[in-house]
Amino acid sequence: MLQLEHIDKVFFKNTPDERWALRNLSCVVQPDEFVTIVGSNGAGKTTLLNIISGNHFPDRGRVIIEDHDVTSLPAFRRARFIGRVFQNTTQGTAASLTIEENFAIAYAKGRTRGLHLAISEHLRKIIREKLAEVGLGLENRLRDRVGLLSGGQRQALALLMATIGNPKILLLDEHTANLDPKTAEKIMNLTNLLIRDDHLTAFMITHDLGDALKYGTRTLLMDDGGIVLDISGEERKKMTINELLERFSERRHKKFANDRVLLSTETKEG
Amino acid sequence: MYDYFIFSVQEGLLYGILALGVYITFRCLDFPDLTVDGSFPLGAAVFASLVYRGFGPIESMIAAFIAGALAGLLTGVLHTFSKIPALLSGILTMTCLYSINLRIMGRPNMSLSENLGHRTVFTMLRDSFSGIPESYLRLFFLIGLIFLIKILLDLFLQTEIGLAIRATGDNETLVEAQGINPDRIKLVGISLSNALVAFSGAMFAQYQGFVDINMGIGMVVLGLASVIVGEVLLRGRIILVITLQVIIGAVVYRLATATALNYGYSIGFKPYDLKLFTGLLVIIILSFPVIKAKFRRVK
Ligand SMILES: Nc1ncnc2c1ncn2[C@@H]1O[C@H](COP(=O)(O)OP(=O)(O)O)[C@@H](O)[C@H]1O
Ligand SMILES: [Mg+2]
Repeated sequence: MLQLEHIDKVFFKNTPDERWALRNLSCVVQPDEFVTIVGSNGAGKTTLLNIISGNHFPDRGRVIIEDHDVTSLPAFRRARFIGRVFQNTTQGTAASLTIEENFAIAYAKGRTRGLHLAISEHLRKIIREKLAEVGLGLENRLRDRVGLLSGGQRQALALLMATIGNPKILLLDEHTANLDPKTAEKIMNLTNLLIRDDHLTAFMITHDLGDALKYGTRTLLMDDGGIVLDISGEERKKMTINELLERFSERRHKKFANDRVLLSTETKEG
Repeated sequence: MYDYFIFSVQEGLLYGILALGVYITFRCLDFPDLTVDGSFPLGAAVFASLVYRGFGPIESMIAAFIAGALAGLLTGVLHTFSKIPALLSGILTMTCLYSINLRIMGRPNMSLSENLGHRTVFTMLRDSFSGIPESYLRLFFLIGLIFLIKILLDLFLQTEIGLAIRATGDNETLVEAQGINPDRIKLVGISLSNALVAFSGAMFAQYQGFVDINMGIGMVVLGLASVIVGEVLLRGRIILVITLQVIIGAVVYRLATATALNYGYSIGFKPYDLKLFTGLLVIIILSFPVIKAKFRRVK
């Protein structure tokens, strides 16, 4: 379970450039929940994930994971609870290392790293099995450098690496946005599978409103550093993209503004 | 002709140890570490002053290695704890080391001489294998030594800690997200790097038979030159090849400078032009990809 209590995050505090990225944001997410997050540019979505992962610290409020108050723990200390994949396909892997070396780094997560060889035949077998399941033909390229792989292959690898150490929480920040539609769908299916099989609490930021409703069990709509809509259950099942947009403008008295948002075919107005 | 070749190879192998250290910081950690100009003479100074006090060469070399690690640790702490930028951290340690090295030596230079009863690994070697000509003996010993260091380093860079060091320069966010404290990894890497550099300094002191307070000037760039000359020659992708190419780069670089010195007099090349030669070499190799790309666009 993840609890966020009254989170404020302010950049450049007490300067003319002061920017409130999150304002008094509270949210409780149960295990097994798969939360999709949508919102306008600069709404604070990425900042929210950074607060959960420990890459940013809140100016106020608490972050609680599984009854541990992790508010002031740096990212590397909460890493065993958390897996993360980014929009930028180069961010989830180390390009100059081989596929198996990348995996070995993820495989040792949660343990103190020591002076024994990171890769064993046993580990190679595990890696091969995992990669074969994904079906991208990577299982025979264990010693290739990751820099040689395509964006989709790197993203698949990043997903496997993020989930291999049995984290409780998976954070996805528009992780299919830089992929072609076909690869994006493949990665989405893999994502869904991993979240279901490993019973992960998942957060996925997306700019595709269709995906936001199609995948997951709960949708948060963010604006100006806060959650303006939080829908789940039956209400969510019946929700259409149009309705979602209407609900947004009702609440905020303005139009949903995100130049990258995908409105699919359901909406007629641009 | 033949002599200068064999001496250059020997010196290149000695610089190869330093270049392996520079490879760890510049390439693995992406941490441009200028401590090297101070930790190279530090190793030599620690070695010589211990030998003067009657210690054997082996113990004195181990001490030099440890002293280098401590110098690297200081730079690492300045960067990770005090948040001082990488370049400045190295410059600060290097500056402090100048005085520290003088303190250790007690004078600006020391000679290591058999007449004064100083023993080095090279005198030990000659005493144990009296049948073999000394220049060959030195060459074989240095090849053996650097390959031993290379193999140990190869193994280390494939351990869990070693992988973390190599990933840090690539993608620090990933390293953190995988539960590794990047600061600690940098401390380990920078310390190991400077330990190798100081060890190289101690070896060099024994090889040339003296220590000079200024022997470290330009060593960072020399190490970097070796690393990138090696990259141009071999373009290795796996660690076993990369460490080999660093060593080859150091030897080739040394041969190139020796050739410049030997034959360059006809065009007025003087020993004091050597640093300019090294600097230009590094500048040319580093600028080459940019210039090539520009040319392509113009066409
Ligand atoms: N590291 C940072 N430094 C300064 N301002 C930031 C930083 N990260 C985010 N912000 C600001 O916080 C606000 C929210 O940003 P972000 O969370 O990235 O939005 P989103 O991901 O929803 O587009 C924006 O106004 C942005 O400029
Ligand atoms: Mg964002």
